[in-house]
Amino acid sequence: MSVVALIRPDSWNFPLFLHVLGAMILVGGLLAGAATLGYARGEARFLKLGYWTLLAVSLPGWVLMRIGAGWISSKEGWDDLPDELVPTWLTIGFFVADLGGLILLVSLIVGGIGVYRLRQGKGSGLLRTTMVLSLVLLAAYLVAAWAMAGKPD
Amino acid sequence: MSFDDWMLALHVLSAFAMVAGMTLFWVLVVAGWRTDTPADILRMGPLSKVAGAAIGIGMGGTIVLGIFLAFSIGGYDIWDGWIVAAIVLWIAAAALGQRASAAFEPPVKKAQELQAAGQTGPSAELLALNRTTRGLVLQVLVSIVILLIVIDMVWKPGA
Repeated sequence: MSVVALIRPDSWNFPLFLHVLGAMILVGGLLAGAATLGYARGEARFLKLGYWTLLAVSLPGWVLMRIGAGWISSKEGWDDLPDELVPTWLTIGFFVADLGGLILLVSLIVGGIGVYRLRQGKGSGLLRTTMVLSLVLLAAYLVAAWAMAGKPD
Repeated sequence: MSFDDWMLALHVLSAFAMVAGMTLFWVLVVAGWRTDTPADILRMGPLSKVAGAAIGIGMGGTIVLGIFLAFSIGGYDIWDGWIVAAIVLWIAAAALGQRASAAFEPPVKKAQELQAAGQTGPSAELLALNRTTRGLVLQVLVSIVILLIVIDMVWKPGA
């Protein structure tokens, strides 16, 4: 058990709360979006609902999570450490957060084109891609949450 | 990672599952607000099951592992104020969640009846059932209680 977790200064709590809340909203949005896209079975209304869930829930969740991550990281003094001293769990966290953010953005752009194509009466293939990317992101962020909470060496 | 670290990680992941399930329920509540055909209501059934499973895993994992951690980690005790508060809030969330779930059952039953009767078109009655104020209020209350649990877990007042 991390001693830091037991004696955390009060001033760290709010940034940590923002980080955790954002991460929970992000994961919730990914599960909701991917499940809605997955169970849509080609139905346009549910495909759009899945896409808008990702856009309106996951994206703000990611922004909140990432702002909180940067804030708490600077408060805890990790930014001042040389790279070789940065713990693995933090490296995993930042790597997954940033790469995941990029993938989320790509999946939203692809999904947005997919929704446009859906309105034109074309297929829903691009939204299927968005769903697959969302599932990959969901798995990645659960690994990141495990690393953040368990803090492996 | 020690055994306690693993338990803490799984405890946190359970909390994520709980919030994820709650988020999916919110998506269904918002979508249901504009849903008036039996087919669309019934199409939400599998999503509701996914949300229910996530909440079930989350609720079970948080309470079982949380109580384990309260006993296992030195410096924390089960009678600490913030841990007692978390348990009370968990019980409140479970009770409110059950009532919220029950409040959204009538539209599903109505949709099944309409479908069985061959009435597949829009139904004002179905829409009215979906727009249950009681269900919405309960859903808001569950969300607030879960938010309070997260706040309690981060701030650990009195620890």
